[in-house]
Amino acid sequence: MAATTSYQPKSRLGKWFEARLPVMGLVHSSFIVYPTPRNLNYWWTFGAILSFMLVVQIITGVVLAMHYIPDAATAFNSVEHIMRDVNYGWMLRYLHANGASIFFLAAYIHILRGLYYGSYKDPREILWILGVIIFLLMMATAFMGYVLPWGQMSFWAATVITSLFSAIPLVGESITTWLWGGFAVEGPTLNRFYSLHYLLPFMIAGVVVLHIWALHVVGQNNPTGIEIKSKQDTVPFTPQATIKDSFAVVCILILFAWLVFFLPNYLGHPDNYIAADPLKTPAHIVPEWYFLPFYAILRAIPSKLGGVVAMFGSIAILIFVPWLDTSKVRSAVYRPIFRQFFWIFVLTGIGLGYLGSQPPEGGFVIAARILTAYYFAHFLIVMPLVGLLERPKPMPSSITESVLAKGKSGDGSPAETGA
Amino acid sequence: MSNATRIAKDPAMKKYFATLTAIAGLIALVLAAAPARAAGGDTPHYPIEKPALESWSFAGFFGRFDSAQLQRGFQVYREVCAGCHGLELIAFRNLTEKGGPNFSEDEVRALAAEYDITDGPDQSGEMFERSGVLSDYFPSPFPNDQAAAAGLGAVPPDLSVITKARGVSRGIQWTLLDFFTQYQEGGADYMHALLTGYSEPPEDIEVSDGNYYNPYFIAGPSLAMPEPLFDELVTYEDGSPETIDQYSRDVSAFLMWTAEPHLVERKRIGFQVVIFLFVFASLLYFSKKRVWASVPH
Repeated sequence: MAATTSYQPKSRLGKWFEARLPVMGLVHSSFIVYPTPRNLNYWWTFGAILSFMLVVQIITGVVLAMHYIPDAATAFNSVEHIMRDVNYGWMLRYLHANGASIFFLAAYIHILRGLYYGSYKDPREILWILGVIIFLLMMATAFMGYVLPWGQMSFWAATVITSLFSAIPLVGESITTWLWGGFAVEGPTLNRFYSLHYLLPFMIAGVVVLHIWALHVVGQNNPTGIEIKSKQDTVPFTPQATIKDSFAVVCILILFAWLVFFLPNYLGHPDNYIAADPLKTPAHIVPEWYFLPFYAILRAIPSKLGGVVAMFGSIAILIFVPWLDTSKVRSAVYRPIFRQFFWIFVLTGIGLGYLGSQPPEGGFVIAARILTAYYFAHFLIVMPLVGLLERPKPMPSSITESVLAKGKSGDGSPAETGA
Repeated sequence: MSNATRIAKDPAMKKYFATLTAIAGLIALVLAAAPARAAGGDTPHYPIEKPALESWSFAGFFGRFDSAQLQRGFQVYREVCAGCHGLELIAFRNLTEKGGPNFSEDEVRALAAEYDITDGPDQSGEMFERSGVLSDYFPSPFPNDQAAAAGLGAVPPDLSVITKARGVSRGIQWTLLDFFTQYQEGGADYMHALLTGYSEPPEDIEVSDGNYYNPYFIAGPSLAMPEPLFDELVTYEDGSPETIDQYSRDVSAFLMWTAEPHLVERKRIGFQVVIFLFVFASLLYFSKKRVWASVPH
């Protein structure tokens, strides 16, 4: 990053400071003059959206933590206290709860964008793996956060998920007891989940710094998947990317506001407004919507251990994507066959999400098994084989050429490269 | 030659497209067939009947509570429900809230004074009774759940957040549509349907002793609460109809307020926020166009 810095402090104070800690130069080279491909489309704004949402979650979360009590007897009522008596507490809580949903929505789009345009390929493997780690940390954070209101779904989600560890042979029971801090989900479990829920977002922030660092070392991918070859291929981050990202963030904020102010409980489960009761199991235990595909995979496998392995495997498999994809071409724009399979994969994910929300019986189980098998087949069979068998479309020689060609004729997939 | 014709003429491509269509078709078939198979599953699904959609003053983009309705609803709660159900998250002072029931402070002071509140310990270490003040919370009818269960055969749930704690799934297609229509009144609809839904059980459904058949009950064919409302049970002073339908409508609206007391403020601020964001977004959009005008992209 330092190599591209052209930052010249103007004031005496600025020069004095820069000589001692070149942080302004770092910001300047990373977010002002940083060369970004000129052909990025709006799918590339989700990194900025995610950064913004992380900040929203941390700020609302820190204030909520000032009023919340992580105690099994009072947690539920302390959330209601926030909703009723804390100034704008209802807004903070609804922002935080729905913020998690927007965060995951943006993360899924961000991940799918990477899968579509081959952003995981050489030399961006580490960048991609750091992203998978952030995703895992997000899931842990969201899960533990969902437990904190200590409603029925909080309690039973915690019970279901922590019990999964008991499927591990030999040491499973001990691990589960250790996680619970007792012999069932109870006060100590809530207390430690609160502690970790406060810690993990800062770990996410740390890995995000690494993620952006890795991004700035290897440079951004772009819709053509062709590396930057000349200065002509790029525009400076500010103002071009900054203004575009800002616009995208505000568009997402409209969706966010729609949920927070008019549909605050749309994505939640009514049972979570019933205080946790260890003696009463809800008729259907379902996680938040963003976990539903993985929940469907968990329940699709008839054995408990098998289900746990499949569920964690369905996320862990992402780490190996850079090596499972055998194609020399990055972007699906030039991969006619892979592009079709990509959309089938998206449909599979949505289908699994729907099945995760339904009771595990009859046709739903059979459907979940078929889609789970296809989910893994996409990575283990489709990705390696299509890469070898497919004949890619002719590619432009540079980003600039693709941009200028698009301006002249209608050919060259304007839908994918358009901005 | 366009891409489409090139692909159409390639025999390998044809074969591939056939496979592709088969996979997509299979996924669609699997998803379409799943609910049909599941309908024959072992677990019975409740409620037997789905609640009807009612019209509420607090629904939608400009939703507001109707203070007169909330006052009537509170009267129904106090004269009928409060015998068994608590309202422990609500303080007397809340009843004066503007945009809520909007009772006058004097009315609520007088009301609170009618309740005996256990306070203490005093300086000699004894608990004592005193009359309620604005800052007191509604005392629950039973000292604890065990006492309630012993007296009634079941624990009556606290009603403070009940309208947010009940919701009947409307199926995937309606759920998706609800995002655009801002439907958030499932709890009130459920409450109204339940309170007006008691009927004679059909012959094939067995109702256990001490339970009452209600096809709208969310957790089974019958519940331990007997039909609570009857025509002319509560005397309204504003001339509103004294019917089961009106009572249940009013008390459901009141319980929506207890569950979401800041609803009116939320929608008012939300309206301002959405307007602001649309203006801000359009300014950014035109700035973005201007910044990018000289760069083909």
